[in-house]
Amino acid sequence: MLEVRDLTKRFGGFTAVSGVSFDLAEGEILGLIGPNGSGKSTTFNCLSGLYLPTSGNVRFQGRDIAGWSSSRVCHAGIARTFQIPRPFKNLTILENVAVSAYYGRARSVSRREAFVHAEEALAMVRLPVDPTLGIGGLGAAGLKKLELARALATGPKLLLADESLGGLDESEMDQAADMLQAIRRDKGITIIWVEHIMGVLMRVVDRVMVLDHGEVIASGTPAEVAAHPKVIEVYLGSDPTARQHAQA
Amino acid sequence: MQRDVIAPLVIAALVALAPFAGQTDYFIHILVQILLWGFIYTAWSLMGRFGLVSLGHGAFMGIGAYVTVLLWNFFELTPWIGMPIAVAAAVALAAIVGWPCVRLRIVGHYFALVTLALTAVVALSIVGLRDITGGSLGLTPNREAAGTSIYAFQFASKTVFLYVALVLWLIGLFVWRAVDRGMGRYALQAISSDEDASASVGINVGVEKIRIILLSAGLTALGGAVFGQYQMYINPETVSGIGVSLQIVFAVVAGGMFVQLGPTVGAAFTLILAETLRILIGNEYHAADTTIYGLMLVLFIIFMPKGILGAVFAGLERAKAKAA
Ligand SMILES: Nc1ncnc2c1ncn2[C@@H]1O[C@H](COP(=O)(O)OP(=O)(O)O)[C@@H](O)[C@H]1O
Ligand SMILES: [Mg+2]
Repeated sequence: MLEVRDLTKRFGGFTAVSGVSFDLAEGEILGLIGPNGSGKSTTFNCLSGLYLPTSGNVRFQGRDIAGWSSSRVCHAGIARTFQIPRPFKNLTILENVAVSAYYGRARSVSRREAFVHAEEALAMVRLPVDPTLGIGGLGAAGLKKLELARALATGPKLLLADESLGGLDESEMDQAADMLQAIRRDKGITIIWVEHIMGVLMRVVDRVMVLDHGEVIASGTPAEVAAHPKVIEVYLGSDPTARQHAQA
Repeated sequence: MQRDVIAPLVIAALVALAPFAGQTDYFIHILVQILLWGFIYTAWSLMGRFGLVSLGHGAFMGIGAYVTVLLWNFFELTPWIGMPIAVAAAVALAAIVGWPCVRLRIVGHYFALVTLALTAVVALSIVGLRDITGGSLGLTPNREAAGTSIYAFQFASKTVFLYVALVLWLIGLFVWRAVDRGMGRYALQAISSDEDASASVGINVGVEKIRIILLSAGLTALGGAVFGQYQMYINPETVSGIGVSLQIVFAVVAGGMFVQLGPTVGAAFTLILAETLRILIGNEYHAADTTIYGLMLVLFIIFMPKGILGAVFAGLERAKAKAA
């Protein structure tokens, strides 16, 4: 459903994403990992229309979407979350999600339907549906869930989830991983899931792609990638004791 | 029925009865002023409440007033056609200035500055084109013989204008209500919180912003046009210029820009304050009232950021919560 070819993004003289290519089939969950600063979020920003790619092609369901505006990309069926949550501070939790449902579907639904979609999305991420609740009471985990709910409410075919585990504790991480699995299973939504750590991601995704300095250094099944020497080097450095640990 | 329908209608009914209660011309005059300025302040708040703080509304009001009067004086074009043309002109100018602001993401202080410049340019143009506009001496619409003519939108009786102003004011409040209850309000609130995140959930940020800007500018121009017809005299100081722009912001901040009747309360408060100061201090100390205005604006922003009516409603909410 998604074909990315030679995607490149430069900031001045600095290349944040360099010739990234990959394909994504409908219904897949692709893990995108790499150390901090390796270009994962920038890749998302290029796919979602926030940044104009410097070069490269992005085809989504047969249409060339590189250079489209964020709102148009969203209407085409790609939703994203932000690594650092960016809630609408002056709206309640429910309104945050309802406005996403209404505009994400290009105003093709009624106000009432938008609120129904919003409640459904909130239930899916297990946030309360109470219409009076503001975002003030949400902690780090709650804000991450709100990001997901907003993206889901737009009715996407492809979800770009950026570091949904950041700042979460062990049990919250497991919960978030189950949530992404459920999103694919119940809604048939294809997912690209970005994390900078491997962790629980590896047990959920079908395929993993590893970025380092903006380039793809490995891709394959979780098992293949975890054993890939370049990946081991990036994640554990060339420190021999750390290497032994990884191989053990 | 809801509060935002009942309250305007009840107030309108009371105001409509005022002439029958044997009120003086002076009282009617104050009422007309409150309604006309209340309408303009409401129009400003349509965008101001979403963080689009415009200092350009003096320009839109001035265009509304001047274009209407000039078309009448030079071409004998009835204000019934002249006013829509004036509104269209203001909307066009708002689009020309607003669209680049929206595209280049000029927000906050920068937006206020750009719109302030717009006001300055329009006011200077009015002064500069003195052969046509009368410059800083102002302009009087040519009188129709009898003093009252529907065709000329001139009414010798203040009472007639009271009803004109009342209708206009109600229109303003119902537009405000329509915006308040539409999904567009959520979109604009989202945009004022985070433009990128808004775009990422499918909101066309530029379109939503320019729409509310044009609506606000157009209604303000309409208010300016009617105001000019009521006063039968306009000058760059009273219907355009930076003074008017600041007056709008002050009144709205004082009354409360997030509640439907806040701008009207602001109009009543500032007009009554100005009249009181005028009577107490007289005209000798020319800048005294403006100084007190400025001081009060600062106090309002610090101690009552939601404005008078906003603070009253917040207080009622708290009392209700305590009682429950
Ligand atoms: N808007 C920007 N301007 C300049 N440099 C940027 C910008 N966004 C990201 N970068 C740089 O691009 C690199 C990749 O960043 P990012 O994609 O956020 O990494 P990741 O999400 O993998 O941690 C970093 O070095 C970052 O500083
Ligand atoms: Mg990142």
